[in-house]
Amino acid sequence: MSRQPYRTGTGGFVDRERPLSFSFDGRKFTGLTGDTLASALLANGIKLVGRSFKYHRRRGIFADGVEEPNALVRVRRGDRAEPNLKATSVELFHGLEAASQNHWPSLEFDTGAINNLASRFLPAGFYYKTFMWPASAWLFYERFIRKAVGLGKAAELPDPDRYEKRYAHCDVLVVGAGPSGLAAALAAVRGGARVIMVESDFRLGGSLLRDPCPIDDEFGSEWVKGVEAELNAASKTRVLNRATAFGYYDGNLIAVAQRITDHEGKPERFVPRQRIWWVRARRVVLATGATERPLVFAQNDLPGVMLASAVRTYAVRYGVRCGERAVVFTNNDDAYATVAAFVEAGGTVEAVVDPRAGGPSDAVKRRIQALGVRMLEGYVITRAEGRHAVSGVTVMKYTRESSVVTGAPERIDCDLVCVSGGWNPTVHLFSQSQGKLRFDEANACFVPEVSRQAERSVGAARGCFGLQEALSDGVEAGRAAAEACGLSPARFRAPEAKAEFSGAAPILPLWAVPLPQGQRGKRFVDLQNDVTAEDVALAVREGYRSVEHLKRYTTLGMGTDQGRTSNVNGLAILASIVGSDIPAVGTTTFRPPFSPVTLGALGGREVGHDFAPVRRTPMHVWHARAGAKFVTAGLWLRPQYYAHSGESMMQAIYREARAVRTGVGIVDVSTLGKIDIQGRDTAEFLERVYINRWKNLKVGRCRYGIMLREDGFVFDDGTTTRVGENHYYMTTTTANAGPVMAHLEYYAQTVWPELHVHLTSVSDQWAGAAVAGPRSRELLALACDGADLSNQALPFMGYLETSVADAPVRVFRMTFSGELAYEVHTPSNFAVHVWKRLLDAGRDFGVTPYGTEAMSILRIEKGHVVAAELDGRTVPSDFGFDAMQRKQGDFIGRRSLQRPALEKSARRRIVGLVSQDGRHIPRGAQLVWNPNADKPVQMLGHVTSTCYSPNIEKEIALALLDDPENRREDLLYASSPLTNMHVPVKVTHPVFIDPQGDRARG
Amino acid sequence: MLLIDCPHCGPRAQIEFTYGGDATRTRPADPDAVEVKEWLDFVYLRDNPRGPHTEWWHHSVGCRRWIKVRRDTLTHEISASSTPDSNLGGGTE
Repeated sequence: MSRQPYRTGTGGFVDRERPLSFSFDGRKFTGLTGDTLASALLANGIKLVGRSFKYHRRRGIFADGVEEPNALVRVRRGDRAEPNLKATSVELFHGLEAASQNHWPSLEFDTGAINNLASRFLPAGFYYKTFMWPASAWLFYERFIRKAVGLGKAAELPDPDRYEKRYAHCDVLVVGAGPSGLAAALAAVRGGARVIMVESDFRLGGSLLRDPCPIDDEFGSEWVKGVEAELNAASKTRVLNRATAFGYYDGNLIAVAQRITDHEGKPERFVPRQRIWWVRARRVVLATGATERPLVFAQNDLPGVMLASAVRTYAVRYGVRCGERAVVFTNNDDAYATVAAFVEAGGTVEAVVDPRAGGPSDAVKRRIQALGVRMLEGYVITRAEGRHAVSGVTVMKYTRESSVVTGAPERIDCDLVCVSGGWNPTVHLFSQSQGKLRFDEANACFVPEVSRQAERSVGAARGCFGLQEALSDGVEAGRAAAEACGLSPARFRAPEAKAEFSGAAPILPLWAVPLPQGQRGKRFVDLQNDVTAEDVALAVREGYRSVEHLKRYTTLGMGTDQGRTSNVNGLAILASIVGSDIPAVGTTTFRPPFSPVTLGALGGREVGHDFAPVRRTPMHVWHARAGAKFVTAGLWLRPQYYAHSGESMMQAIYREARAVRTGVGIVDVSTLGKIDIQGRDTAEFLERVYINRWKNLKVGRCRYGIMLREDGFVFDDGTTTRVGENHYYMTTTTANAGPVMAHLEYYAQTVWPELHVHLTSVSDQWAGAAVAGPRSRELLALACDGADLSNQALPFMGYLETSVADAPVRVFRMTFSGELAYEVHTPSNFAVHVWKRLLDAGRDFGVTPYGTEAMSILRIEKGHVVAAELDGRTVPSDFGFDAMQRKQGDFIGRRSLQRPALEKSARRRIVGLVSQDGRHIPRGAQLVWNPNADKPVQMLGHVTSTCYSPNIEKEIALALLDDPENRREDLLYASSPLTNMHVPVKVTHPVFIDPQGDRARG
Repeated sequence: MLLIDCPHCGPRAQIEFTYGGDATRTRPADPDAVEVKEWLDFVYLRDNPRGPHTEWWHHSVGCRRWIKVRRDTLTHEISASSTPDSNLGGGTE
């Protein structure tokens, strides 16, 4: 073992045979297996570990767990660097590299400490007050202020590690593996329940690791091992260590962050670094323990001031002495245990300072006297002395009634001050579950009172601080939880603790030690955010009397430690200043996460390519091989165009669009939503959900339909085909496939359940190809196995079932481009086969596969509307669809169409635009008479879709325009102030090609 | 995350469902028979109660059925769930 001057020779749960080397700020050290970074640093005598947030004051390790406010470090380097980790929660591993934060140029010499000298000018709310005026200057100040604040720096490289998530269900979830949690888990398992127990620490035992009291005639640690073995042997039970329950959500859902490989150098391949468990539990037992409160006195932030329980933990669990000469300052009996532990670890206790006039219970007194330690009853520490670290304390007599310090100050030399102001039950998860707290006057802390979910707090987490109490409480809670899950657990005797003392003397609440008359000094409440008792007083003077306001104004409790050691002291000080009692002041809201969770873990596997699923059509591979460039449409990947060598993107798109008008093209339309509708009332149902007539649609015919929302605005469009007597096949737009299905199900199931209608989404079961162009009939005649495709046999909007190379197909004669066109649908498994056969059949006609860009040009040329026009603000008459609107009977949205604002004469309607100077018509442009007129310029309409038409060789657009009848042929400007483009346009009919529709019908 | 008891599938996590709004409004059987105000109320106006609320949920990645759920908007507690034909209280149904 390398030299670790503060390590005891024996004892603790560390392995002296297995040393681990690590570095801190570049210096090499040695620790032991079983250490945290904090215990290893303390074993090496490292006192200074960080600088405070605001004043850059020197800070040392203060606590032993997740409540640590000071010892924030960056661990690892490069892409695995992780800032703001609490050294007290970082498990030591071989080769660990840690660095301190928030200083420049070094921890020992930090220029930011100038803030400490200037602290009189940096009170609470300083930034708010100083940089408020003028408001516009904030943008200037902000750059500098942002640079000055913040703690660690995050890694700037992508996270190389892998994270997982997992769902789990259990009867009983036990959070915390201290004595009460272990007892609860044991009782629940013995009762036959499926149990999950989670523990943040890498070692089970909780307070038994610090206070190893014998249980059932075994050493505490042996008892823990026995319970652990029994739990691990039980079926349907899982014990997770290194797993922090960080969120308690509705329906007893608890989120747990498990650190799988953080205690190793780096994860092995395929092993996740962390995993989030979403545990749905029938019952939850919260055995989250308690956190010790510090005491507030002048200079109480000096390195060397530590929580008494932490000093004990370091001594007992890690075999580390936190100093040589200690003074213990406590208002309760518990911290007296630290005296014995510290002496056992080879230290000297100079004095115990206790503000209680009567001191601790007699049993405790006898023990302390036997150790020969001086006791100062009715005294307080008014000030910690020392420049860089504690070198002594000043004690004075304390009068409780008048809350003043009097008498001659005495200085006691020491290098360690162990403080204890009592214990706060860890009620975070309980409060997140919406449970209500009560202030327990006897123990001077908030405890759970009313549960809102199927949960129960046990042991120290509900203020049962005695070991025997906690064990019995745990057994009872575990049993009750099993019972609540419908099991009938047998009774068994609770484990018996051999406590050294019983009947502790009551705690004397002491929220802040008063400053001696005429003295100054910073009395820190929140060590991480540098909030002092004086800051709290200042906030109250300035009107921030609510605890939530106090928090935000002073930043009390807003650090990464979430104020675990500061909140209750802060609100109690607030209460004393405003003359209120503590329950009336209340606590701030507890929110998840209980302790910081890495973003990687929250993201899990759903990052990068896996962020959302990708949908590909059955012909995707064919498209890719044919040189398709893909575009995302929702989750879909669709061919945007097919690039030939030597062609630009626009050349390819125009080639494709021309081919459809002059020869024949083919496009994959598999992404359309497809709904199979059956049942004897289907026609009636369609008449109610579409604006069109459906009862007169014959078998073997299709119809274009418009669907409205109940407010009268267009929801979706598509075609529906009557494929059988009571059997229809509906298509929807790609984007609305899901919403239309949900909409139809809503009406079928809830509004008109009496209708016999069955809806099945078949979007993935059917693929489709549109064959469009003057030669499409010839192509199809070759491809289809002997079907008659003549205009008589398959007229416009007709439907035919046939086959293509023996694969069944549904052929619909419908058009989106305006050309003679067909859609060929086939079961998805045949899609590639049919697609290839169609291409083969079209080879002699020069069939051209086309993508979404050409499709869009073709439909704009034809004046067909898509989501750009059907944007949720348009009604059927805006596009002339009112002609197909059913006159008799009701349909969704019909009544709303009668509103004056939706009447045809009141609305903008669709028109075409042709650019007059050959420039592109800007997307989203406003239509105005004169773009240079005085503002506000009257807006007559707006552009919805725009493109260059390679077929009429003009820049064209579709637009919605006021009073279009009287503006045909008018010259307007398409004005886009955003891009400073004002293009003169002529208003035209919205159908640029074949307005009579002869091509489609020919 | 809520745990919603689907009457067809049993208790399922909220992520399987899509919220569908107030379930206490009934579409007038004959929209022409009601005053315009009543119609517009039906289309646009919903109560936003603080407390128990009967609402639609669609088991969209489950059985695809629309169900009624009685949920407390303050505590998120779900007191009942049912098929659409049941009356879970609230509103004017």
